[in-house]
Amino acid sequence: MSSATEPRPKAVATYSTAFQEGMREEMDRDPTVFVLGTDIYDRGGHFSQVKGLGERFGHERIRDTPISEAAMVASGVGAALNGTRPVVDLNFLDFAFGAMDELVNQAAKIRYMWGRPVPLVVRATAGVAQGGAQHNNSLQAWLMNTPGLAVVFPSRPWDVKGLIKSALRGSDPVVFMMHKLLTGARGPVGGPDELVPIGSARIARPGSDVTVITYGYGVVVADDAATALAGEGIQVEVIDLRTLAPLDVTTLVEAVKRTGRALVLDEAPALSGPAAEIATTLSDHAFWYLDQPVVRLTAAHSPIPHSPPLVDGLLPNVGQVIDAVRRLALARGPSQSSVS
Amino acid sequence: MPTTNGLDAGLVPGATDAELYDWLADMVLIRVFEETADGLALRGRIPGGMHPAIGQEAVAVGIARALRADDVVAGTHRSHHHALAKQLPPAAVLAELYGKATGTNGGRGGSMHLADFDLGLWGTNGIVGAGLGIALGAALGASVRCTDQVAVGLFGDGGANTGRVWEFVNLAAIWRLPLIVACENNLYAVETASKSVTGGNSIAERAAAFGMPAQQVDGQDIVEVHRAVRAAADRARAGDGPTFLEFLTYRYKGHNSGEVIRYRTEDEVTQWRTSRDPVERFSALLTNSGVLTPEDLTRIADDARAVVDAAVAFAEESPWPDPSTAAENVSAWSNRDGSVR
Repeated sequence: MSSATEPRPKAVATYSTAFQEGMREEMDRDPTVFVLGTDIYDRGGHFSQVKGLGERFGHERIRDTPISEAAMVASGVGAALNGTRPVVDLNFLDFAFGAMDELVNQAAKIRYMWGRPVPLVVRATAGVAQGGAQHNNSLQAWLMNTPGLAVVFPSRPWDVKGLIKSALRGSDPVVFMMHKLLTGARGPVGGPDELVPIGSARIARPGSDVTVITYGYGVVVADDAATALAGEGIQVEVIDLRTLAPLDVTTLVEAVKRTGRALVLDEAPALSGPAAEIATTLSDHAFWYLDQPVVRLTAAHSPIPHSPPLVDGLLPNVGQVIDAVRRLALARGPSQSSVS
Repeated sequence: MPTTNGLDAGLVPGATDAELYDWLADMVLIRVFEETADGLALRGRIPGGMHPAIGQEAVAVGIARALRADDVVAGTHRSHHHALAKQLPPAAVLAELYGKATGTNGGRGGSMHLADFDLGLWGTNGIVGAGLGIALGAALGASVRCTDQVAVGLFGDGGANTGRVWEFVNLAAIWRLPLIVACENNLYAVETASKSVTGGNSIAERAAAFGMPAQQVDGQDIVEVHRAVRAAADRARAGDGPTFLEFLTYRYKGHNSGEVIRYRTEDEVTQWRTSRDPVERFSALLTNSGVLTPEDLTRIADDARAVVDAAVAFAEESPWPDPSTAAENVSAWSNRDGSVR
């Protein structure tokens, strides 16, 4: 699904207020939608993601919880089975570790074992930024590897709003990741019934020479690199996955058919990570369209440090993307394009 | 059979003689089912084996019979008794244990993951303490939707030492949810004597600290179980919040079928079997009070045997599920696009 089909922008929001808007509209529309999490009623969550909804909807529907992640997700699972649509807000995705059984062993498996859908959304701010090793985990691959969970990771306000609406009108669990560094990013948002389908990637930037496949903050990095490379005459196509599970294989394959060269940009570690899955997917479905091997540009296999220069030292940056894309664009014959 | 409640002094308020007959029949059915299934497990007919609940019948039937049809029960890894008490068909339960297509869950669940939402069994659960979480959420859903449903979440003495159980108890307490927190304390967490790993005086005493009514109940006495659960359900429906019930019970078999038991004495088992057996006690109560005749007891036993024999034949003869369907119905999200190869 391409960006060309999107309706004309109607309003501008931030990444965070887009979530709040989407929630507000869905809560107005559907009285069974409610939110539970820590510090959400007054503060509106640690990223202001539901700011103002407490006053509007009251304590029953914007429920402050104790710091009990297992109880938060478990109660969301059971409530979802009992005719409601809970949104469990973990604030930081890292806190999912305290509720991993509820997420992986309960929410994700109930439809399969017992034939009952679990319309649960677990929202959490994710991605690598400041905060050190324990607040910057990349759980994408863990959750992508869990049958029964959808995993979304939008990069702009439009998709935040459209995806939360899809999640709240669907039937199965969705882990809704939002990148820390995008919290204040501004952009257009759709109207009350403009949904972004879960499982659909978008072409964030058209280009004919190399496809960069990424998501979340990677879209910003890729776009900056693409702008710089355009000055050299290299036209970079940027694919924003928007959803990590299920992957939009069709959009990825079509992109590679156009350019024949693909780089996967990911701030998660390479080993068994999302980039590995995407590279393999291209090998499975588009091998004969590839002119060069798929390149992965990822974070180092390391926890995230505190010191900013150390963080920068292990994340892929714009300069590295430019270098890698340039090499990929110019490569001929047997590969020397292996990067990182 | 007399037509009025032969138990005087309000032993079982509101229960007719016919209902008391059914309670006993359910307990006997569970006993025969579990003894039979345990034997089948030892003969390799049940893939992965099972956790027999023989000895714990009164807890399951007492709970189920104190609830309404739209109430919710969520069980544990040892929960065939709860499934049968909630009226899941024995043949379909056994077929599920076998992994057959005709099982309650088409062979996707198995012994530890039985469910029938229409009958109010919101899953038995292979993860210790997790069933209580589902029940907690069901109670939250009831609260949000303003229904007057009640949910019962089961766990064992082993589960009482998981952190999550107390997260669940706390949330139910602060939100005054219509939840009955039901601990089946059968004294052993697999091979570990609970008293050797459980701080404090009792599990119920821990719960009381959360500000909810909490009591120990003789789990081998169905009348006591029923009375406690009915009172807790009434409290919950009146908006007075959760109740914690610690049922003191005992499993006659090991943790799993075929387990070699070295952690308790045969004398201890004999003591429980001969002095506190829930089926014997309730049978005696009903016959001594004139509710049932010896002929009734014989009929109940014969009926249970016939139902279980038929269940075995059904499970044996049922077809296996079609392997080509194994990855179906995982998620509506993944079923709608091309990513599943």
